[in-house]
Amino acid sequence: MSHTRTPVVTGWFAGEGDDFRLLGTRCAACTSVFFPREDTFCRNPGCDGGALKEVPLSRRGRIWSYTDNRYRPPAPYASDPDVEWQPYTLIAVELAAERIVVLGQGVPGVTVDDLAVGMEVEAVPGVLNEDAKATWTTWHWRPTGVTA
Amino acid sequence: MALAADGGDGMTGEVAVLGAGMHPWGKWGRGFVEYGVAAARAALADAGIGWRDVGSVVGADTVRGGYPGYVAGATFARALGWQGARVASVYAACASGAQAIGTARAQILAGLADVVLVVGADSAPKGFFRPADGERPDDPDWLRFRVLGATNPAYFGLYARRRMAVHGDTLEDFAQVKVKNAALGALNPNARYRKRVTAEEVAESAVVADPLRLLDICATSDGGAALVLSSMDFARRHGAADPVRIRAVSTVTPRYPSTVLDLPDIATDSAVSVEPPAHTFRASVALAAYEEAGIGPEDLSLAEVYDLSTALELQWYEDLGLCGEGEAAKLLREGATGPGGRIPVNTSGGLASFGEAVPAQAIAQVCELTWQLRGQAGERQVPGARVGITANQGLFGHGSSVIAVR
Repeated sequence: MSHTRTPVVTGWFAGEGDDFRLLGTRCAACTSVFFPREDTFCRNPGCDGGALKEVPLSRRGRIWSYTDNRYRPPAPYASDPDVEWQPYTLIAVELAAERIVVLGQGVPGVTVDDLAVGMEVEAVPGVLNEDAKATWTTWHWRPTGVTA
Repeated sequence: MALAADGGDGMTGEVAVLGAGMHPWGKWGRGFVEYGVAAARAALADAGIGWRDVGSVVGADTVRGGYPGYVAGATFARALGWQGARVASVYAACASGAQAIGTARAQILAGLADVVLVVGADSAPKGFFRPADGERPDDPDWLRFRVLGATNPAYFGLYARRRMAVHGDTLEDFAQVKVKNAALGALNPNARYRKRVTAEEVAESAVVADPLRLLDICATSDGGAALVLSSMDFARRHGAADPVRIRAVSTVTPRYPSTVLDLPDIATDSAVSVEPPAHTFRASVALAAYEEAGIGPEDLSLAEVYDLSTALELQWYEDLGLCGEGEAAKLLREGATGPGGRIPVNTSGGLASFGEAVPAQAIAQVCELTWQLRGQAGERQVPGARVGITANQGLFGHGSSVIAVR
């Protein structure tokens, strides 16, 4: 099995450890921020359109809401049907500077009992799944230990 | 007042609902065409209109069965027997039915057709809705499954948890929505689930997406619904002196920045450069309908809302203006939205009792309004019903709300 670490989507995040960041784009004309990134047009209807430049998003934000998947999601979510299903959390996080809410998986091991709306979390690198082609990487939200 | 984004005043005439018909919801295991044709024949019989007298047929497409519903309008027309009617087909996810009604209304008001048959039907697969096969990294619906495993119930779970944190809704409140809707569904011969449910049964069902349990979340179903719509002139000539009338059809899109995380998105719009609009998308869907109809929430006799989850029904109370923000659970606890209440919601039993048959569902909501406004809703009847609203929202930014009056 190859262990090439490959982002599950190109250009949505970069960096390791404390340097890890989600990547969006910002319109040079109106300063609107987009995640997932818009590279071809600014979606602000009041903007005539400017250059869209890559911008790292705030690393930390606060939980807008959260849930979990008690059942195995269908394809194209990758999971081994022969392995017992382990629920994981999904966390929607509000980034104050960008005034945007971004959904992501919680880090493995975190359960809904560990979470609360308003709790601070940070984006960290994570692994979505491994297959014959690659180790597919993603972003995870991890509680910082700071509560609202 | 300017209503549309282009300043259009939204003033329209009314169209008559001559007939409504459904094929019962269930998991029948047959093709959607059969359900759609059964519903169409029922609506035509209800209207007292022969199929050959229909000038136009509008189909709400299913995404199942290849070529979206084999391109639905023509498929239903062929099954009913080609008779040369004008045809249109629409797809707008859960809002497909409202778009089909909107298309039919536009044709009637433009004088392109006197009588239009609107049909939607689906044959749903088992389990979670999921995207079509194939690798499509530019498709937001594909991405949310591939990258996050974010099923529809996961989004419902997010909304429910948010309501608990912000408004203090409880699991018991959510369960009581199911209890209410199941009791109404038990009285509806077209519902799939016709059994009353207790709060204990909701609490004992398995958690699917915390905090929501299996009985908080609507199933996916087979079913078909149809309407026969006509001009008011035709209705009078046809002898329908006092028909149910459609007064508004809202099919609006969101306004930027949309700051509520919606299916199938991975993030909201950013509000960093533009202040969010005064109303969320869901509220704006209803507002557009109210303004077009020239009525307000205080005029309603009943509402049919998209209870994809129990918590989402509560959200609609606020988005429809039935109560203030955060007051939905109180409205429910007071019994205002139950039978005999000030504003009964989901008298049909809702999606809780039907399960979702996507392209048929928004049409089925209008069928329920029609029967209620005619006083033909049997044991579910809201006494003296005069004005009803439907509300739902389709993936990718499709508003859906219809106001009918009598």
